[in-house]
Amino acid sequence: MSDSILVTSLDEALKWGTGKSLWPFTFGLACCAIEMMSAMGSDYDWARFGSDVFRDSPRHSDLMIVSGTVTKKMAPRIRRLYDQMAFPKFVISMGACASAGGPYVRGYSVVDGVDQVVPVDVYVYGCPPRPEALIQALKMLQDRIVAGRVKH
Amino acid sequence: MMGRIQFPSTGGRGTDMEDKVIEVNFGPQHPSTHGVLRIKVKLDGEIIVDAQPVIGYLHRNAEKLAEMGAYPKGMIYIDRLDYVAALNMELGYVLAVENLMDVQVPERALWIRQMMVELNREASHLIWLGTHGLDMGMLTPFFYCFRERERILRIFDEITGSRLLYNYFAIGGVYSDITPKAIDMIKEWTEDFGTKLEEIQSILGKSYIYVSRTKGVGTLSAEDVLSYGVTGPMQRASGIKRDLRKDSPYLFYDKVNFDVPYRTEGDVYARFLVRIEEMRQSIKIVKQVLEKLPQGDFYNKKYSKPMLVRLKATGESYVPTESPKGEFGIHLIGDGSSIPYRVRIRSPSFANLSSIPTMLKGYKIADLTAAVSSIDPVFGEVDR
Repeated sequence: MSDSILVTSLDEALKWGTGKSLWPFTFGLACCAIEMMSAMGSDYDWARFGSDVFRDSPRHSDLMIVSGTVTKKMAPRIRRLYDQMAFPKFVISMGACASAGGPYVRGYSVVDGVDQVVPVDVYVYGCPPRPEALIQALKMLQDRIVAGRVKH
Repeated sequence: MMGRIQFPSTGGRGTDMEDKVIEVNFGPQHPSTHGVLRIKVKLDGEIIVDAQPVIGYLHRNAEKLAEMGAYPKGMIYIDRLDYVAALNMELGYVLAVENLMDVQVPERALWIRQMMVELNREASHLIWLGTHGLDMGMLTPFFYCFRERERILRIFDEITGSRLLYNYFAIGGVYSDITPKAIDMIKEWTEDFGTKLEEIQSILGKSYIYVSRTKGVGTLSAEDVLSYGVTGPMQRASGIKRDLRKDSPYLFYDKVNFDVPYRTEGDVYARFLVRIEEMRQSIKIVKQVLEKLPQGDFYNKKYSKPMLVRLKATGESYVPTESPKGEFGIHLIGDGSSIPYRVRIRSPSFANLSSIPTMLKGYKIADLTAAVSSIDPVFGEVDR
Protein backbone atom coordinates (compact mmCIF):
# COMPACT_ATOMS: atom_id res chain seq x y z
CA MET A 1 0.00 0.00 0.00
CA SER A 2 2.85 2.38 0.78
CA ASP A 3 3.84 2.65 -2.88
CA SER A 4 0.37 2.96 -4.35
CA ILE A 5 -1.65 6.10 -5.02
CA LEU A 6 -5.37 6.37 -4.37
CA VAL A 7 -7.16 8.80 -6.65
CA THR A 8 -10.62 9.93 -5.59
CA SER A 9 -12.75 13.04 -5.38
CA LEU A 10 -13.70 14.52 -2.03
CA ASP A 11 -17.35 13.80 -2.81
CA GLU A 12 -16.71 10.11 -3.38
CA ALA A 13 -14.65 9.85 -0.19
CA LEU A 14 -17.43 11.54 1.78
CA LYS A 15 -20.06 9.16 0.42
CA TRP A 16 -17.91 6.17 1.23
CA GLY A 17 -17.28 7.45 4.75
CA THR A 18 -20.94 8.20 5.39
CA GLY A 19 -21.99 4.75 4.26
CA LYS A 20 -19.45 2.93 6.37
CA SER A 21 -20.02 4.82 9.62
CA LEU A 22 -23.76 4.90 10.15
CA TRP A 23 -24.75 5.49 13.75
CA PRO A 24 -28.18 4.02 14.39
CA PHE A 25 -30.66 5.53 16.79
CA THR A 26 -31.78 3.45 19.79
CA PHE A 27 -35.45 3.70 19.05
CA GLY A 28 -37.70 0.71 19.51
CA LEU A 29 -41.43 0.76 19.00
CA ALA A 30 -42.73 -2.80 19.20
CA CYS A 31 -41.97 -6.43 18.41
CA CYS A 32 -39.41 -5.64 15.67
CA ALA A 33 -37.28 -3.80 18.24
CA ILE A 34 -36.49 -7.14 19.83
CA GLU A 35 -35.19 -8.47 16.51
CA MET A 36 -33.27 -5.23 16.06
CA MET A 37 -31.66 -5.91 19.45
CA SER A 38 -30.89 -9.46 18.29
CA ALA A 39 -29.22 -8.02 15.20
CA MET A 40 -26.95 -5.88 17.34
CA GLY A 41 -26.52 -8.69 19.89
CA SER A 42 -24.06 -11.51 20.12
CA ASP A 43 -24.94 -13.88 17.28
CA TYR A 44 -25.59 -11.43 14.46
CA ASP A 45 -23.31 -8.60 15.59
CA TRP A 46 -23.98 -5.99 12.97
CA ALA A 47 -21.01 -3.98 14.18
CA ARG A 48 -19.19 -6.02 11.53
CA PHE A 49 -20.74 -3.75 8.90
CA GLY A 50 -19.52 -0.48 10.33
CA SER A 51 -22.66 0.49 12.13
CA ASP A 52 -22.02 -0.38 15.72
CA VAL A 53 -22.47 2.75 17.80
CA PHE A 54 -26.11 2.81 18.87
CA ARG A 55 -26.84 6.34 20.04
CA ASP A 56 -29.51 7.31 22.53
CA SER A 57 -29.99 10.84 21.27
CA PRO A 58 -31.40 11.70 17.83
CA ARG A 59 -28.84 14.49 17.58
CA HIS A 60 -25.97 12.01 17.53
CA SER A 61 -27.36 9.52 15.05
CA ASP A 62 -27.62 9.16 11.28
CA LEU A 63 -29.93 6.19 10.89
CA MET A 64 -33.42 5.76 12.26
CA ILE A 65 -34.80 2.23 12.26
CA VAL A 66 -38.56 2.46 12.65
CA SER A 67 -39.14 -0.90 14.29
CA GLY A 68 -42.77 -1.51 14.99
CA THR A 69 -46.33 -0.30 14.61
CA VAL A 70 -46.69 3.45 14.13
CA THR A 71 -49.79 4.68 15.94
CA LYS A 72 -51.50 8.00 15.45
CA LYS A 73 -50.35 9.04 18.92
CA MET A 74 -46.71 8.18 18.19
CA ALA A 75 -46.51 9.52 14.61
CA PRO A 76 -45.96 13.22 15.55
CA ARG A 77 -43.23 12.15 17.96
CA ILE A 78 -41.48 10.15 15.22
CA ARG A 79 -41.56 13.19 12.94
CA ARG A 80 -40.14 15.33 15.74
CA LEU A 81 -37.35 12.86 16.41
CA TYR A 82 -36.58 12.74 12.70
CA ASP A 83 -36.43 16.53 12.56
CA GLN A 84 -33.99 16.56 15.47
CA MET A 85 -31.54 14.32 13.63
CA ALA A 86 -28.69 16.10 11.86
CA PHE A 87 -28.05 15.72 8.11
CA PRO A 88 -27.26 13.35 6.46
CA LYS A 89 -30.00 11.12 7.84
CA PHE A 90 -31.55 7.88 6.68
CA VAL A 91 -34.59 5.81 7.60
CA ILE A 92 -35.11 2.05 7.49
CA SER A 93 -38.71 0.94 7.84
CA MET A 94 -38.49 -2.41 9.59
CA GLY A 95 -41.29 -4.92 9.34
CA ALA A 96 -44.80 -5.09 7.93
CA CYS A 97 -46.29 -2.67 10.47
CA ALA A 98 -43.89 0.20 9.83
CA SER A 99 -43.99 -0.38 6.07
CA ALA A 100 -47.74 -0.70 5.53
CA GLY A 101 -49.65 -1.20 8.79
CA GLY A 102 -49.12 -4.95 8.83
CA PRO A 103 -51.74 -7.05 10.62
CA TYR A 104 -53.05 -3.92 12.35
CA VAL A 105 -53.90 -2.07 9.14
CA ARG A 106 -57.63 -2.30 9.91
CA GLY A 107 -57.22 -0.71 13.33
CA TYR A 108 -58.54 2.79 13.99
CA SER A 109 -55.40 4.05 15.70
CA VAL A 110 -52.72 2.75 13.35
CA VAL A 111 -50.90 4.74 10.65
CA ASP A 112 -50.60 2.51 7.60
CA GLY A 113 -46.96 3.06 6.84
CA VAL A 114 -44.33 5.29 8.39
CA ASP A 115 -43.66 6.77 4.93
CA GLN A 116 -46.62 9.06 5.56
CA VAL A 117 -44.60 10.67 8.34
CA VAL A 118 -40.92 10.48 7.34
CA PRO A 119 -39.16 9.68 4.03
CA VAL A 120 -38.05 6.05 3.99
CA ASP A 121 -34.93 4.74 2.24
CA VAL A 122 -35.24 0.98 2.68
CA TYR A 123 -38.27 -1.17 3.51
CA VAL A 124 -37.82 -4.57 5.16
CA TYR A 125 -40.63 -7.09 4.95
CA GLY A 126 -41.47 -9.75 7.51
CA CYS A 127 -43.45 -9.88 10.72
CA PRO A 128 -40.98 -9.58 12.33
CA PRO A 129 -38.06 -9.66 9.85
CA ARG A 130 -35.22 -11.91 10.85
CA PRO A 131 -31.98 -10.17 11.87
CA GLU A 132 -30.43 -11.32 8.59
CA ALA A 133 -33.08 -9.31 6.72
CA LEU A 134 -32.26 -6.20 8.72
CA ILE A 135 -28.55 -6.67 8.03
CA GLN A 136 -29.35 -6.99 4.33
CA ALA A 137 -31.30 -3.74 4.53
CA LEU A 138 -28.31 -2.06 6.14
CA LYS A 139 -26.02 -3.33 3.39
CA MET A 140 -28.49 -2.13 0.77
CA LEU A 141 -28.62 1.32 2.35
CA GLN A 142 -24.82 1.49 2.50
CA ASP A 143 -24.57 0.58 -1.18
CA ARG A 144 -27.07 3.28 -2.06
CA ILE A 145 -25.25 5.90 -0.01
CA VAL A 146 -21.97 5.05 -1.73
CA ALA A 147 -23.70 5.21 -5.13
CA GLY A 148 -25.41 8.50 -4.21
CA ARG A 149 -28.96 7.20 -4.57
CA VAL A 150 -30.62 8.29 -1.31
CA LYS A 151 -33.42 10.72 -0.45
CA HIS A 152 -33.24 13.02 2.53
CA MET B 1 -28.22 3.92 48.98
CA MET B 2 -30.26 6.85 50.12
CA GLY B 3 -33.58 5.08 50.20
CA ARG B 4 -36.93 6.76 50.16
CA ILE B 5 -37.13 10.35 51.39
CA GLN B 6 -40.38 11.29 53.09
CA PHE B 7 -42.21 14.11 51.35
CA PRO B 8 -42.52 16.95 52.22
CA SER B 9 -38.85 17.36 52.93
CA THR B 10 -37.16 20.72 52.91
CA GLY B 11 -34.34 19.38 50.79
CA GLY B 12 -32.12 21.95 52.48
CA ARG B 13 -33.71 24.76 50.51
CA GLY B 14 -36.25 26.38 52.82
CA THR B 15 -39.89 25.45 53.26
CA ASP B 16 -41.47 27.21 50.28
CA MET B 17 -41.38 24.14 48.13
CA GLU B 18 -44.29 24.27 45.73
CA ASP B 19 -42.66 27.01 43.66
CA LYS B 20 -39.55 24.95 43.09
CA VAL B 21 -41.21 21.80 41.77
CA ILE B 22 -40.42 21.31 38.09
CA GLU B 23 -42.02 18.88 35.67
CA VAL B 24 -39.82 16.70 33.48
CA ASN B 25 -40.86 14.40 30.66
CA PHE B 26 -39.36 10.93 30.55
CA GLY B 27 -39.99 9.36 27.18
CA PRO B 28 -41.78 8.31 25.00
CA GLN B 29 -38.40 7.93 23.32
CA HIS B 30 -35.80 7.00 25.88
CA PRO B 31 -33.40 4.04 25.82
CA SER B 32 -34.64 2.69 29.15
CA THR B 33 -38.39 2.96 28.76
CA HIS B 34 -38.48 -0.53 27.22
CA GLY B 35 -40.66 0.71 24.44
CA VAL B 36 -42.81 3.78 24.37
CA LEU B 37 -43.61 4.67 27.96
CA ARG B 38 -43.88 8.32 28.93
CA ILE B 39 -43.65 9.36 32.56
CA LYS B 40 -44.45 12.88 33.72
CA VAL B 41 -42.10 13.36 36.64
CA LYS B 42 -42.43 16.19 39.14
CA LEU B 43 -39.08 16.98 40.71
CA ASP B 44 -38.03 18.88 43.78
CA GLY B 45 -34.33 19.22 43.18
CA GLU B 46 -33.53 15.66 42.27
CA ILE B 47 -36.18 14.05 44.45
CA ILE B 48 -39.25 12.67 42.71
CA VAL B 49 -42.38 14.26 44.16
CA ASP B 50 -44.82 12.69 41.73
CA ALA B 51 -44.63 10.42 38.69
CA GLN B 52 -47.55 9.74 36.39
CA PRO B 53 -47.20 7.20 33.57
CA VAL B 54 -48.78 8.13 30.23
CA ILE B 55 -49.55 5.14 28.04
CA GLY B 56 -51.22 4.52 24.70
CA TYR B 57 -48.34 5.13 22.31
CA LEU B 58 -48.61 1.55 21.06
CA HIS B 59 -52.38 1.16 21.19
CA ARG B 60 -53.15 -1.04 18.19
CA ASN B 61 -56.63 -2.42 18.89
CA ALA B 62 -55.63 -6.02 19.59
CA GLU B 63 -58.92 -6.74 21.36
CA LYS B 64 -61.14 -5.31 18.63
CA LEU B 65 -59.20 -6.91 15.78
CA ALA B 66 -59.36 -10.30 17.54
CA GLU B 67 -63.15 -9.89 17.59
CA MET B 68 -63.22 -9.43 13.81
CA GLY B 69 -62.16 -12.92 12.76
CA ALA B 70 -62.73 -16.56 13.60
CA TYR B 71 -61.34 -17.99 16.86
CA PRO B 72 -57.97 -19.23 15.50
CA LYS B 73 -57.46 -15.98 13.60
CA GLY B 74 -57.35 -13.99 16.82
CA MET B 75 -54.12 -15.77 17.65
CA ILE B 76 -51.89 -13.46 15.62
CA TYR B 77 -52.96 -10.45 17.68
CA ILE B 78 -52.58 -12.40 20.92
CA ASP B 79 -49.07 -13.41 19.79
CA ARG B 80 -48.08 -9.78 19.48
CA LEU B 81 -49.25 -8.72 22.95
CA ASP B 82 -46.20 -9.69 24.96
CA TYR B 83 -43.89 -10.20 22.05
CA VAL B 84 -40.94 -11.41 24.11
CA ALA B 85 -43.04 -14.29 25.51
CA ALA B 86 -45.42 -14.99 22.64
CA LEU B 87 -46.02 -18.62 23.56
CA ASN B 88 -47.21 -17.66 27.04
CA MET B 89 -49.75 -15.34 25.44
CA GLU B 90 -50.87 -18.05 23.02
CA LEU B 91 -51.32 -20.45 25.90
CA GLY B 92 -53.74 -18.11 27.66
CA TYR B 93 -55.84 -17.73 24.53
CA VAL B 94 -55.78 -21.37 23.55
CA LEU B 95 -56.78 -22.52 27.05
CA ALA B 96 -59.64 -20.01 27.11
CA VAL B 97 -60.92 -21.16 23.70
CA GLU B 98 -60.63 -24.84 24.62
CA ASN B 99 -62.42 -24.20 27.89
CA LEU B 100 -65.20 -22.42 25.99
CA MET B 101 -65.63 -25.18 23.40
CA ASP B 102 -64.85 -28.20 25.64
CA VAL B 103 -62.05 -29.34 23.36
CA GLN B 104 -60.09 -32.40 24.49
CA VAL B 105 -56.33 -32.09 24.04
CA PRO B 106 -53.98 -35.11 23.82
CA GLU B 107 -51.54 -35.49 26.70
CA ARG B 108 -48.45 -35.16 24.52
CA ALA B 109 -49.63 -31.78 23.27
CA LEU B 110 -50.14 -30.52 26.82
CA TRP B 111 -46.64 -31.61 27.83
CA ILE B 112 -45.16 -29.98 24.73
CA ARG B 113 -47.03 -26.78 25.56
CA GLN B 114 -45.72 -26.79 29.10
CA MET B 115 -42.12 -27.21 27.95
CA MET B 116 -42.37 -24.53 25.26
CA VAL B 117 -43.94 -22.08 27.68
CA GLU B 118 -41.14 -22.59 30.20
CA LEU B 119 -38.50 -22.16 27.49
CA ASN B 120 -40.16 -18.92 26.45
CA ARG B 121 -40.25 -17.77 30.07
CA GLU B 122 -36.47 -18.18 30.08
CA ALA B 123 -36.14 -16.20 26.86
CA SER B 124 -38.31 -13.43 28.27
CA HIS B 125 -36.39 -13.21 31.54
CA LEU B 126 -33.10 -13.20 29.61
CA ILE B 127 -34.26 -10.17 27.60
CA TRP B 128 -35.27 -8.51 30.85
CA LEU B 129 -31.91 -9.26 32.45
CA GLY B 130 -29.97 -7.95 29.46
CA THR B 131 -31.92 -4.72 29.12
CA HIS B 132 -32.01 -4.22 32.88
CA GLY B 133 -28.22 -4.39 32.79
CA LEU B 134 -28.19 -1.77 30.00
CA ASP B 135 -30.39 0.50 32.09
CA MET B 136 -27.97 0.21 34.99
CA GLY B 137 -25.11 1.19 32.70
CA MET B 138 -23.67 -2.27 32.10
CA LEU B 139 -23.21 -3.48 28.56
CA THR B 140 -21.76 -6.94 29.25
CA PRO B 141 -24.88 -8.74 30.59
CA PHE B 142 -26.71 -7.73 27.42
CA PHE B 143 -24.36 -9.71 25.21
CA TYR B 144 -24.23 -12.68 27.58
CA CYS B 145 -28.02 -12.80 27.82
CA PHE B 146 -28.55 -12.49 24.09
CA ARG B 147 -26.04 -15.25 23.43
CA GLU B 148 -28.04 -17.58 25.67
CA ARG B 149 -31.36 -16.37 24.30
CA GLU B 150 -30.30 -17.12 20.73
CA ARG B 151 -29.81 -20.76 21.73
CA ILE B 152 -33.42 -20.93 22.92
CA LEU B 153 -34.59 -19.19 19.75
CA ARG B 154 -32.76 -21.76 17.63
CA ILE B 155 -34.75 -24.47 19.43
CA PHE B 156 -37.97 -22.57 18.66
CA ASP B 157 -36.85 -22.11 15.06
CA GLU B 158 -36.35 -25.87 14.77
CA ILE B 159 -39.77 -26.71 16.26
CA THR B 160 -42.08 -23.90 15.15
CA GLY B 161 -40.29 -22.39 12.18
CA SER B 162 -39.97 -18.84 13.48
CA ARG B 163 -37.89 -16.90 15.93
CA LEU B 164 -40.07 -14.43 17.77
CA LEU B 165 -43.78 -14.78 17.00
CA TYR B 166 -44.78 -18.39 16.58
CA ASN B 167 -48.52 -19.03 16.14
CA TYR B 168 -47.69 -22.54 17.32
CA PHE B 169 -50.47 -23.53 19.71
CA ALA B 170 -53.57 -24.65 17.86
CA ILE B 171 -57.03 -25.28 19.23
CA GLY B 172 -56.81 -28.95 20.21
CA GLY B 173 -53.04 -29.30 20.30
CA VAL B 174 -49.98 -27.84 18.65
CA TYR B 175 -49.23 -27.31 14.98
CA SER B 176 -46.15 -29.51 14.70
CA ASP B 177 -44.51 -32.24 16.69
CA ILE B 178 -41.14 -31.99 18.39
CA THR B 179 -38.35 -33.39 16.25
CA PRO B 180 -35.59 -35.64 17.67
CA LYS B 181 -33.08 -32.95 16.73
CA ALA B 182 -35.00 -30.43 18.82
CA ILE B 183 -35.01 -32.80 21.79
CA ASP B 184 -31.23 -33.11 21.53
CA MET B 185 -30.91 -29.34 21.39
CA ILE B 186 -33.11 -28.90 24.46
CA LYS B 187 -31.17 -31.57 26.38
CA GLU B 188 -27.88 -29.89 25.55
CA TRP B 189 -29.34 -26.56 26.62
CA THR B 190 -30.66 -27.83 29.97
CA GLU B 191 -27.28 -29.33 30.79
CA ASP B 192 -25.20 -26.18 30.65
CA PHE B 193 -27.61 -23.29 30.96
CA GLY B 194 -27.41 -23.47 34.75
CA THR B 195 -23.70 -22.63 34.79
CA LYS B 196 -24.19 -19.86 32.22
CA LEU B 197 -26.88 -18.41 34.46
CA GLU B 198 -24.48 -18.40 37.42
CA GLU B 199 -22.04 -16.47 35.28
CA ILE B 200 -24.62 -13.89 34.23
CA GLN B 201 -25.88 -13.52 37.78
CA SER B 202 -22.38 -12.96 39.12
CA ILE B 203 -21.73 -10.11 36.65
CA LEU B 204 -24.61 -8.13 38.12
CA GLY B 205 -24.98 -9.55 41.63
CA LYS B 206 -21.30 -9.22 42.50
CA SER B 207 -21.02 -5.69 41.17
CA TYR B 208 -20.94 -3.16 44.01
CA ILE B 209 -22.41 -0.48 41.73
CA TYR B 210 -25.35 -2.63 40.69
CA VAL B 211 -26.17 -3.77 44.21
CA SER B 212 -25.96 -0.30 45.70
CA ARG B 213 -28.14 1.14 42.95
CA THR B 214 -30.85 -1.48 43.42
CA LYS B 215 -30.98 -2.39 47.11
CA GLY B 216 -33.68 -0.44 48.89
CA VAL B 217 -34.79 1.24 45.64
CA GLY B 218 -38.33 1.20 44.27
CA THR B 219 -39.82 -0.65 47.20
CA LEU B 220 -43.41 -1.81 47.15
CA SER B 221 -45.00 -3.16 50.32
CA ALA B 222 -47.29 -6.18 50.31
CA GLU B 223 -50.28 -3.86 50.81
CA ASP B 224 -49.30 -1.74 47.78
CA VAL B 225 -48.94 -4.88 45.70
CA LEU B 226 -52.39 -6.10 46.63
CA SER B 227 -54.09 -2.74 46.15
CA TYR B 228 -52.64 -2.24 42.65
CA GLY B 229 -53.22 -5.81 41.50
CA VAL B 230 -49.52 -6.29 40.86
CA THR B 231 -48.74 -9.91 39.97
CA GLY B 232 -45.85 -12.09 38.89
CA PRO B 233 -42.23 -11.72 40.02
CA MET B 234 -42.94 -8.21 41.35
CA GLN B 235 -45.58 -9.58 43.68
CA ARG B 236 -43.38 -12.44 44.81
CA ALA B 237 -40.51 -10.05 45.48
CA SER B 238 -42.78 -8.17 47.91
CA GLY B 239 -43.45 -11.18 50.09
CA ILE B 240 -46.65 -12.60 48.61
CA LYS B 241 -46.09 -16.18 47.54
CA ARG B 242 -48.64 -16.50 44.77
CA ASP B 243 -47.93 -18.40 41.58
CA LEU B 244 -50.82 -19.63 39.46
CA ARG B 245 -48.76 -22.62 38.35
CA LYS B 246 -48.84 -23.81 41.97
CA ASP B 247 -52.07 -22.29 43.27
CA SER B 248 -54.44 -23.25 40.46
CA PRO B 249 -52.45 -25.63 38.27
CA TYR B 250 -53.21 -25.75 34.56
CA LEU B 251 -51.52 -28.09 32.03
CA PHE B 252 -49.43 -30.56 34.09
CA TYR B 253 -47.83 -28.18 36.57
CA ASP B 254 -49.15 -30.32 39.43
CA LYS B 255 -47.12 -33.29 38.13
CA VAL B 256 -43.72 -31.59 38.15
CA ASN B 257 -41.57 -30.51 41.09
CA PHE B 258 -40.59 -26.88 41.32
CA ASP B 259 -40.39 -24.20 43.98
CA VAL B 260 -41.91 -20.74 43.96
CA PRO B 261 -39.12 -18.30 44.80
CA TYR B 262 -40.09 -15.30 46.87
CA ARG B 263 -38.45 -12.50 48.81
CA THR B 264 -39.79 -10.04 51.33
CA GLU B 265 -37.74 -6.91 50.62
CA GLY B 266 -39.86 -5.70 47.70
CA ASP B 267 -37.05 -3.68 46.10
CA VAL B 268 -35.41 -3.87 42.67
CA TYR B 269 -32.71 -6.23 43.91
CA ALA B 270 -35.32 -8.64 45.29
CA ARG B 271 -37.05 -8.69 41.88
CA PHE B 272 -33.71 -9.46 40.25
CA LEU B 273 -33.14 -12.40 42.62
CA VAL B 274 -36.69 -13.71 42.19
CA ARG B 275 -36.43 -13.67 38.40
CA ILE B 276 -33.03 -15.40 38.41
CA GLU B 277 -34.38 -18.10 40.72
CA GLU B 278 -37.46 -18.49 38.50
CA MET B 279 -35.17 -19.20 35.59
CA ARG B 280 -33.48 -21.97 37.60
CA GLN B 281 -36.88 -23.47 38.38
CA SER B 282 -37.82 -23.33 34.69
CA ILE B 283 -34.78 -25.43 33.80
CA LYS B 284 -35.97 -27.98 36.37
CA ILE B 285 -39.44 -28.04 34.80
CA VAL B 286 -38.07 -28.47 31.26
CA LYS B 287 -35.87 -31.37 32.41
CA GLN B 288 -38.84 -33.11 34.02
CA VAL B 289 -41.04 -32.59 30.96
CA LEU B 290 -38.39 -34.22 28.76
CA GLU B 291 -38.43 -37.26 31.06
CA LYS B 292 -42.20 -37.53 31.16
CA LEU B 293 -43.04 -36.67 27.53
CA PRO B 294 -45.45 -39.42 26.41
CA GLN B 295 -45.84 -40.79 22.90
CA GLY B 296 -49.01 -40.14 20.96
CA ASP B 297 -50.82 -37.51 18.92
CA PHE B 298 -49.77 -33.91 19.09
CA TYR B 299 -53.22 -32.62 18.15
CA ASN B 300 -56.79 -33.79 18.47
CA LYS B 301 -57.69 -35.53 15.19
CA LYS B 302 -61.30 -34.37 15.54
CA TYR B 303 -60.18 -30.78 14.99
CA SER B 304 -58.42 -30.80 11.65
CA LYS B 305 -56.77 -27.55 10.66
CA PRO B 306 -59.17 -26.36 7.91
CA MET B 307 -62.23 -26.74 10.12
CA LEU B 308 -60.80 -24.69 13.00
CA VAL B 309 -62.12 -21.45 11.50
CA ARG B 310 -65.65 -22.86 11.51
CA LEU B 311 -65.75 -23.69 15.22
CA LYS B 312 -68.73 -22.08 16.97
CA ALA B 313 -69.09 -21.39 20.67
CA THR B 314 -71.56 -20.04 23.21
CA GLY B 315 -70.87 -18.91 26.75
CA GLU B 316 -68.05 -17.34 28.69
CA SER B 317 -64.63 -18.51 29.80
CA TYR B 318 -61.68 -17.03 31.64
CA VAL B 319 -58.50 -19.01 32.26
CA PRO B 320 -55.76 -17.25 34.25
CA THR B 321 -52.20 -18.32 33.47
CA GLU B 322 -48.83 -17.33 34.87
CA SER B 323 -46.97 -15.42 32.19
CA PRO B 324 -43.41 -14.15 32.83
CA LYS B 325 -44.88 -10.78 33.81
CA GLY B 326 -47.72 -12.01 36.01
CA GLU B 327 -51.30 -13.16 35.80
CA PHE B 328 -52.39 -13.21 32.17
CA GLY B 329 -55.88 -14.20 31.25
CA ILE B 330 -58.31 -13.91 28.39
CA HIS B 331 -62.01 -13.49 28.98
CA LEU B 332 -63.90 -14.83 26.00
CA ILE B 333 -67.60 -14.45 25.30
CA GLY B 334 -69.10 -16.47 22.47
CA ASP B 335 -72.49 -15.66 20.98
CA GLY B 336 -73.03 -18.86 19.02
CA SER B 337 -71.25 -17.73 15.88
CA SER B 338 -67.74 -18.60 14.74
CA ILE B 339 -66.48 -15.11 15.67
CA PRO B 340 -65.90 -14.26 19.37
CA TYR B 341 -68.28 -11.63 20.73
CA ARG B 342 -65.73 -10.27 23.19
CA VAL B 343 -62.03 -10.85 23.76
CA ARG B 344 -61.01 -9.13 26.98
CA ILE B 345 -57.33 -9.22 27.84
CA ARG B 346 -56.14 -9.11 31.43
CA SER B 347 -52.56 -7.99 30.94
CA PRO B 348 -50.14 -8.15 33.86
CA SER B 349 -47.84 -5.34 32.70
CA PHE B 350 -50.70 -2.84 32.73
CA ALA B 351 -51.48 -3.51 36.38
CA ASN B 352 -47.78 -3.63 37.31
CA LEU B 353 -47.17 -0.31 35.59
CA SER B 354 -49.91 1.38 37.60
CA SER B 355 -47.74 1.05 40.70
CA ILE B 356 -45.20 3.55 39.28
CA PRO B 357 -46.39 6.59 41.33
CA THR B 358 -46.11 4.70 44.63
CA MET B 359 -42.88 3.02 43.64
CA LEU B 360 -41.04 6.21 42.66
CA LYS B 361 -42.27 8.81 45.14
CA GLY B 362 -39.43 10.02 47.36
CA TYR B 363 -36.55 8.52 45.40
CA LYS B 364 -33.90 10.28 43.37
CA ILE B 365 -34.33 10.81 39.64
CA ALA B 366 -31.37 8.44 39.06
CA ASP B 367 -33.36 5.60 40.62
CA LEU B 368 -36.14 6.00 38.06
CA THR B 369 -34.65 3.82 35.32
CA ALA B 370 -33.80 1.06 37.81
CA ALA B 371 -37.33 1.01 39.18
CA VAL B 372 -39.09 1.22 35.79
CA SER B 373 -37.00 -1.53 34.22
CA SER B 374 -37.59 -3.79 37.23
CA ILE B 375 -41.28 -3.83 36.30
CA ASP B 376 -40.35 -5.45 32.97
CA PRO B 377 -43.12 -3.71 31.04
CA VAL B 378 -43.85 -4.74 27.46
CA PHE B 379 -45.93 -2.19 25.66
CA GLY B 380 -47.66 -4.45 23.23
CA GLU B 381 -49.35 -5.79 26.31
CA VAL B 382 -49.84 -2.55 28.26
CA ASP B 383 -51.47 -0.60 25.42
CA ARG B 384 -52.84 -3.64 23.60
